[in-house]
Amino acid sequence: MIAGEGDSLPVSAMPPDGTFPSGTTRWEKRNIALQIPVWDPDTCIQCGKCVSVCPHAVIRSNVYSSERLSGAPASFKSTQARWRQFEGMRFTVQVSPEDCTGCALCVQVCPAKNKKEPRLRAINMAPQAPIRKLEADNWGFFLSLPEPDRRELDLSRIKDVQLLKPLFEFSGACAGCGETPYLKLLSQLFGDRIWIANATGCSSIYGGNLPTASWASNEEGRGPAWSNSLFEDNAEFGLGMRLALDKQIEQAQELLVGLSPAIGEDLVSALIQADQSTEAGLRKQRERVEALKGRLKELGTPGARALSSLADVLVRKSVWIVGGDGWAYDIGFGGLDHVLALGRDVNILVLDTEVYSNTGGQMSKATPRGAVAKFAAGGKSTPKKDLAMMAMTYGSVYIARVALGANDGQTVKAFREAEAYPGSSLIISYSHCVAQGYDLAYGMEQQKAAVLSGHWPLLRYNPNLLEEGKNPLQLDSKPPTLPLEKYLYNETRYSMLALSNPEAAKRLLQLARKDTMVRWRLYQHWAAMPVEEGEKDRKEME
Amino acid sequence: MIDLSTEYLGLHLKNPLVASSSPLCENIDDIRRMEDAGVAAVVLHSLFEEQIMLQSQELNRYLLQGTERFAESLTYFPDLHTYKLGPEEYLENIGKAKEAVGIPIVGSLNGVSLGGWIRYAKFIEEAGADALEVNIYYLPTSLDRTSLDIEQAYIDLVRDVRERIQIPLAIKLSPYFTSLPHMAAQLEQAGADALVLFNRFYQPDLDLENLEVIPNLVLSTSQELRLRLRWVAILYGRLEVDMAVTGGVHTAEDVLKAIMAGAKVAMMTSALLTNGIEHLARISQDLRSWMEDHEYNSIRLMRGSLSQKSVADPAAFERANYMKVLQSYALRKP
Repeated sequence: MIAGEGDSLPVSAMPPDGTFPSGTTRWEKRNIALQIPVWDPDTCIQCGKCVSVCPHAVIRSNVYSSERLSGAPASFKSTQARWRQFEGMRFTVQVSPEDCTGCALCVQVCPAKNKKEPRLRAINMAPQAPIRKLEADNWGFFLSLPEPDRRELDLSRIKDVQLLKPLFEFSGACAGCGETPYLKLLSQLFGDRIWIANATGCSSIYGGNLPTASWASNEEGRGPAWSNSLFEDNAEFGLGMRLALDKQIEQAQELLVGLSPAIGEDLVSALIQADQSTEAGLRKQRERVEALKGRLKELGTPGARALSSLADVLVRKSVWIVGGDGWAYDIGFGGLDHVLALGRDVNILVLDTEVYSNTGGQMSKATPRGAVAKFAAGGKSTPKKDLAMMAMTYGSVYIARVALGANDGQTVKAFREAEAYPGSSLIISYSHCVAQGYDLAYGMEQQKAAVLSGHWPLLRYNPNLLEEGKNPLQLDSKPPTLPLEKYLYNETRYSMLALSNPEAAKRLLQLARKDTMVRWRLYQHWAAMPVEEGEKDRKEME
Repeated sequence: MIDLSTEYLGLHLKNPLVASSSPLCENIDDIRRMEDAGVAAVVLHSLFEEQIMLQSQELNRYLLQGTERFAESLTYFPDLHTYKLGPEEYLENIGKAKEAVGIPIVGSLNGVSLGGWIRYAKFIEEAGADALEVNIYYLPTSLDRTSLDIEQAYIDLVRDVRERIQIPLAIKLSPYFTSLPHMAAQLEQAGADALVLFNRFYQPDLDLENLEVIPNLVLSTSQELRLRLRWVAILYGRLEVDMAVTGGVHTAEDVLKAIMAGAKVAMMTSALLTNGIEHLARISQDLRSWMEDHEYNSIRLMRGSLSQKSVADPAAFERANYMKVLQSYALRKP
């Protein structure tokens, strides 16, 4: 297929159930970067930011015992790990030279500077050719190191999360892509137990670009189950996954109860009542499921066989519905709204580039006022739809608006809270994109500017807080401090209007400023509202 | 009746107050306010060599970025056909400024090398500017380039611009020349009608927390006027070119000093940024009051009166005074 000979493949060569092996992008080794990042262990502060922003998962970090270094290539770099719980262990940041696209996002985001030569950071671009072989060997060795035990990590910290193996790697996304770091984060946090429904768009192309697949599995063989349906029905598609999963869990539990005399009551009740809210709880449940499978094998009855085929669903699964703004704000919005209203336990991740990226830059309802896009050549005249606020009106949906480049801690927190929330969750993530028109090496800085200017206020709306008598809306960013134009005019989608029709650009900028301020005040008001008063009103009305 | 009028670049000006080139002169409404506050001429904000060369390349780069990647998206932006890039907008602005106000409008080009950008001198003339100021902002950093090379580059640039335009030409330069008088004479020979003394190199600061250079421009103070006064006073009467003082003009006293040293006009930006455009009216009023009090009936009467050739102690501008000044210092904290 890669050779362009797909048409000559007979139907019989296709897998009968439509499944394809995952984790196969690792065999492509495209070698497209002229320059690749090189790590400087002496300058590194081990913050994990370079690893987290890498769109293609070619930069990875790990902590391991020093004995593991025996047999390492001479050029393999390591330094003392800076974790309290990993004292005396070694730390390495390793780059895959043949998979890197050379976008330099990692260099731009690195906060550490070389004290002798501040132009250098803890990671710096260098020509690929002279170090390709060397680093490829180092990469090979790096992959042989074991993953740290998830139970020992504090997964609220980006530096800890970045020690986890990404289960989304080497995709065909553009160099510097702003969407893929979120998917990679998703795969690191929950990849060993997620089902993904993916809307058509960039993420379906780089997610499953036959014959290779960028979704991968871990050493135990666990990884995301992924599928793409259509553009317009992805939320419903994901809901279907949830319903199927719930039915399977229900069946498995029924069978468990029925077979409980044979399996053992303790194991059955432990399996059904397991607390799976932590990594330790999940690990224990996996062990129970293994014990169950062993027991079922011994039993060998039809009921045991049926339960055995379902047993894996007893480990908490998480359903993610993923897509871009074209899907979530426009074409799939009806379904998305329907799914949010149903309140089932699904997590929706919107990769918001504010434009149809995959089809070449058409306006969506996520396109902000004043931005030029196809079908909005004069600059979009209406404001961006506030999907977060629309979803907030339900009061029952967990919502987060995140921007990795502005606050990675908040992003991680939002992903974990959304996953833990037992109802529907919606995460809207700021995703920089070539269709915005600037050098994507500065993508994360532009994300920061989006937040500072008030264009992209960070927030989390957690209905669980209502039960604690707290306001569910929390603003995670400060009132706008950066003039909006300082953010907008870094991007061609805005500046091209200023250059072609300055009067229109000026008028739209003024309106966009107003949009930003009005929206901020509304959020502020909402977040400051005392919950008790609302509760009192409600009771009085009742 | 007190006559504040002066001649600069062959233009008759109602007074010696000129707004120097700055982003303040970008907005037509602000230029109008300056005229209302009494400014005699405005030097527009600068059109930069880099702006002319790079802006279109940059726009092209980002409009086409990523278009080679994927068959489904052959482009990412609609074709807007025409763009008013910096230079075009600038030229349009000259026309607008001329329409909006009655005072002379001086165009401004900022650059350093010989090249295609110089054609904009002609475009500025065609757009209706009354004169052109070329700001040669060059900071030598090469170990191989001699002072002679650099001076020759200045002269070549002035000659080239001079050949292209008919309107008067002012050259704004820095004080960093081994022999400023010789340089000034050469610039005059190359075709400069006025020298604007001096441009202010921005002074980058260092950020200790982020280990970065912070490029910023600190606004001038009256203290900086002295460097200008000295050189205008030394050159006055020895060259045909007009001289303008820029950098450190904040008050009517500063203007008076500039004129008495030998300048035709005094230019201001920092004072207006700090005190507002209306500050011009106050300076103008103070100027008039001072002249009344001291019985000067025209600006012409005082021009160059404190230049080196007219003062009682010409050596005061030179080395001879250095020793005296030093000796006048006593320890402030014995």
